[in-house]
Amino acid sequence: MEVQNAIKMENITKRFGKVVANNAINMELHEGEILSLLGENGSGKTTLMNMLSGIYYPDEGQIYVHGKPVTIASPKDAFDNHIGMIHQHFKLVDVFTAAENIVLGLEGEGKFDIKDVNKKVAEICEKYGFDIKPDQKIYDMSVSQKQTVEIVKVLYRGADILILDEPTAVLTPQETTKLFAIMRNMQKDGKSLIIITHKLHEVLEVSDRVAILRKGEYIGDVATKDANQQSLTDMMVGRSVSLNIDRPEPVNVKPRLVIENLTAYDELGVKRLDDVTFTVNAGEVLGIAGVAGSGQKELLESIAGLYPVASGKITYLEPDVDYTATNEDGTPVNTPKELVGLDPMSIRKNGIAMSFVPEDRLGMGLVGTMGMTGNMMLRSWRSGKGLFVNRKDPEALANRIWKELEVVAPSTEFPVRRMSGGNVQKVLVGREIAQSPSVLMTAYAVRGLDINTSYTIYNLLTEQKMKGVAVVYVGEDLDVLLELCDRLVVLCGGQVSGVVDARNITKEEVGLLMTQHRKEGAE
Amino acid sequence: MEKKKVHEPLILMSKRAEALPAWKSWGIRLIAFLLSLVVCGFVIMAVSGLNPFQVYATMAKGALGTSKKAWVTIRDTMTMLCIAVGLAPAFKMRFWNIGAEGQILVGGIASAACMIYLKDLPTPILLLVMVIASLIAGGIWGFFPGLFKARWNTNETLFTLMMNYIAIQLTAFFVSLWENPFGSNSVGIINSQTKAGWLPNMFSDGYNGDYGWNVVIVLIITLIMYLYMNKSKHGYEIAVIGDSENTARYAGIRVNRAYVRTIVLSGAICGLAGFVAVSGASHSISTATAGGRGFTAIIVAWLAQFNSIVMVIFSFLIVFLQKGAQAIASSYNLSQEVSEMITGIILFFLLGSEFFVNYVIRFNKGRKVSK
Repeated sequence: MEVQNAIKMENITKRFGKVVANNAINMELHEGEILSLLGENGSGKTTLMNMLSGIYYPDEGQIYVHGKPVTIASPKDAFDNHIGMIHQHFKLVDVFTAAENIVLGLEGEGKFDIKDVNKKVAEICEKYGFDIKPDQKIYDMSVSQKQTVEIVKVLYRGADILILDEPTAVLTPQETTKLFAIMRNMQKDGKSLIIITHKLHEVLEVSDRVAILRKGEYIGDVATKDANQQSLTDMMVGRSVSLNIDRPEPVNVKPRLVIENLTAYDELGVKRLDDVTFTVNAGEVLGIAGVAGSGQKELLESIAGLYPVASGKITYLEPDVDYTATNEDGTPVNTPKELVGLDPMSIRKNGIAMSFVPEDRLGMGLVGTMGMTGNMMLRSWRSGKGLFVNRKDPEALANRIWKELEVVAPSTEFPVRRMSGGNVQKVLVGREIAQSPSVLMTAYAVRGLDINTSYTIYNLLTEQKMKGVAVVYVGEDLDVLLELCDRLVVLCGGQVSGVVDARNITKEEVGLLMTQHRKEGAE
Repeated sequence: MEKKKVHEPLILMSKRAEALPAWKSWGIRLIAFLLSLVVCGFVIMAVSGLNPFQVYATMAKGALGTSKKAWVTIRDTMTMLCIAVGLAPAFKMRFWNIGAEGQILVGGIASAACMIYLKDLPTPILLLVMVIASLIAGGIWGFFPGLFKARWNTNETLFTLMMNYIAIQLTAFFVSLWENPFGSNSVGIINSQTKAGWLPNMFSDGYNGDYGWNVVIVLIITLIMYLYMNKSKHGYEIAVIGDSENTARYAGIRVNRAYVRTIVLSGAICGLAGFVAVSGASHSISTATAGGRGFTAIIVAWLAQFNSIVMVIFSFLIVFLQKGAQAIASSYNLSQEVSEMITGIILFFLLGSEFFVNYVIRFNKGRKVSK
C-alpha cells in the first residue's frame, strides 16, 4: 500500500547570515501518523517547523501539502493549508476566556456569536477529550490547560496537520500522559502530527516514526518500534554516548543551610513562598522539583539575597566550625550566620562563598553585551584596591574556562549574548564553580542544552558535591532529578509538599507530590 | 507544470552574526555621510537652484573660513563635547537624563554669580571657585531625579525634563536680578573691563582671543571620563546596570547608590559645561545659554556609543554643520529652515547607517525550485 504524504519537504535550506540552520532537508510526514522530530538544541528542528507554519520562509526548496506544491509565506498561508503549530511559548490573552482566545483574529461572516463559538469549542473538547471549559478565563488556568487552549485553537481553525513544539517541557508526568492520549485521539481522527521533543522515552512512547536532525542536516528516520533510547541518542549526537549519570554515595554529609518557615510575597502581594522549611546538606545534591512557577525562582533568589523575605530564617553553617562547643556559661562559642536581610554584597563580605546559576542566564547571571572576561569580573570586580578594575585575573579565568569547558567563541571578548545557549551556560557555570563555593545553587542548569553539554554539567555538579559543596539543583526533567540528586524537595504552589530520598521514589510519586497541596494549605 | 503565483519577500534582513571590523563599520558611516551630501546637493538645487558645490564651500568657509570663525567652531565643539561627555555615564546606565539643559543653566548661574560677587579674588582662585560651584550646582540638579528614581522609582525622563523648566525660570530670575544696564532685560557682558572670571587666552591677547583653555579643560574631562567609563570599578558598575539591573543586583552592585552617584556626576559635568559656556564663551548668562545643546548632545552621545573619545568627532561634525548652515542661510538669503533641513538629512543618514552596520540585507533573486 502506498503511503500518502501529508507534508513533503524537498531540499529545504534556511540560512541565517553565515549559519546554515537547515541544509537541503528532505522530510515527509505521512497521513495519520505521529512523527517525532528529534535533535539536539541548535539542530534546526524549530526552524524547520517554523517554515511550515509560515514564520520563516525557506531560502531554497519546495514544500508539498497533500501532494500539491505550496508557498507558505505567512501564518495565514499555513492555516489555509490546514497546518497549525503549537508553540513553546503560549500566545494567549490572559483576561479573555478560552473561547474568546480561540476565535481571536478570525474573520467570520455576519454577527459574532460567542454562544455559537462556545458550543463549537465544547464539541471539539468532547470529541478529543480536552479538559477545558470554553468560558473559563486564561488567568484561571494551569499551564497544561493553557496548552490545551492552544491546541483547540488550531483545531478550531480546521488544522489537520498539527505541529507541537516541545509540548511536554512544562507538564507533569500525569499531564504528559493525558496529552499523549489526546494526541492518539487526534491521530485516530485522521490528523497528522509532528511532535518536537528532547525526551527520548516520550519519543518512544507516543510516536510512530522518528526523524532525526543533527546540526541542520537530516540524518534519517526510523520506525519507533525499531528504535531504543541508545540508538536514537547515537543518531542524534553522531557517536555513542553513555546515558548514565554517575551518582557516587555522598560522604561526610553535614547541614550547610537551614531554611525555616520561609515566606515571601511578590510585588503584587501574592504569596510565592509559603512556610518553606528544609535543610541543604554539604556533600549532597539536593534536587528541587515542581511544576514551573511553584516558587523555585523565589526560593533560590531569597537564599541569594535577591528576593525580599517576609518572614522565616535562613541559617548558614560554616564548614569546619564546631557549633556544639559552648562557653563556660553555656552559651555557644559559634553561632551560625543568619542570611535573611543580607544583600549579595553583604553575604560575600560575611565570607560566605555562595554561587548561584540563575534561571535567567543573560538577564541575571551574565551581562550579554560583554565578553567572557567582562562576565568573569561580575564576581571579582570589587577585588583589589583603588579605583580601577583588575582585568588580568578575570581574563586568565576566562581563558581557562574557554579551554577547559570548550566554549565555542572566537575570543574571550566575544559578547556572550551572541553565543549559543550551551556556551552561555558553560561560561556561567564555569564562573560560579571557579569561585570555590561552599553552596552552589543552580536553576534549570541544563535547560536548552544538548545532551553532551548536559552531561558535562551533571559531572561538574557531582564533582562539586564530592568536594563537600552543598549543591542545589532545580530541575524540570524528573528522570534527571531522580538520577542525579540524593534528596528531593518537591514544591507545589510555594509550599514544600515533600522531602524525599531520590534513590527510593518513583517518578509517579514525585509527580503526584508536584500537584498536591499540603492538607492545611489546600484551598 | 502549472505556473503558480509566488509571493515571496523581496528583501531579507538579518542581524549580522559577527560584528563588523572597525574599518568596515566606519567605512559604512563615511559612505552614509558622503551619500547624505549628495542627497543634500539635490535638495539644495531643487529648493534654491544653487550649485551644491558652491553651497558646501560656503558652509566650510562659514565654519572654518577665518581664524576667528574656526575658534568659534572649536569653542562650540568643546561645549557640545563637554555636555555629551557628561550625558554619557547616565545614558550608558540607561538613565534618560534629558535634563542637561537645566544642568547647564544652573552651572552657568553658579559661574555668573561667582563672577559678579567674587570678582575681587585672584583669577586662578576665582576660576577654581567657579569650576567647583558649577559642578556642585549641576550635581544638585542631577541629585534629585537620581534620588527619586532610586527611592521611589520615579520616571527620570519626566523628572529631568521638568527640572529644565525650573532652571529656565531660575535663570530668568537671576537675569532680572543682575540686569545690566538697567532696562535691557539682559545681564550683558559681565566684568567686561576687568575680565575677572573669564577664561584667559592661551596664545594671543586682546578681545578676539582664542579658546585654548576651553579645549584643554574639556579634553582633560573627556580623557578622564574615558578612563572612568572603561577602566574604573564605577564604570564597570555603570555598564552592568545599563545591560541588566538584575545582573547588577546579582553581582552585588548596590544599584540605587550607583544611580544617584552616576546621575550626580552626569549633572555635575553638564554644570561644568555651563561654566565653559559662561566663563569661556559668552561671559554672560541668559535663558538661551544652553540653547538646545543639552538635547543635541544626546544625539552626539548615542552616535558615539558613549565612547567619549569618539564624541570629539561627532561634536565637531554637528557644530560644523550648524555653523555652515548659518553661513549659507545668510549668504544666499535662504531661511534658517533650509540649513536645518541639511543638518536633518545628514543626521538621518548617519543614524540610518547604524542599521547597515548591524544588519545584513539580501535581495531575493528568484529561487531555484529543484525538480
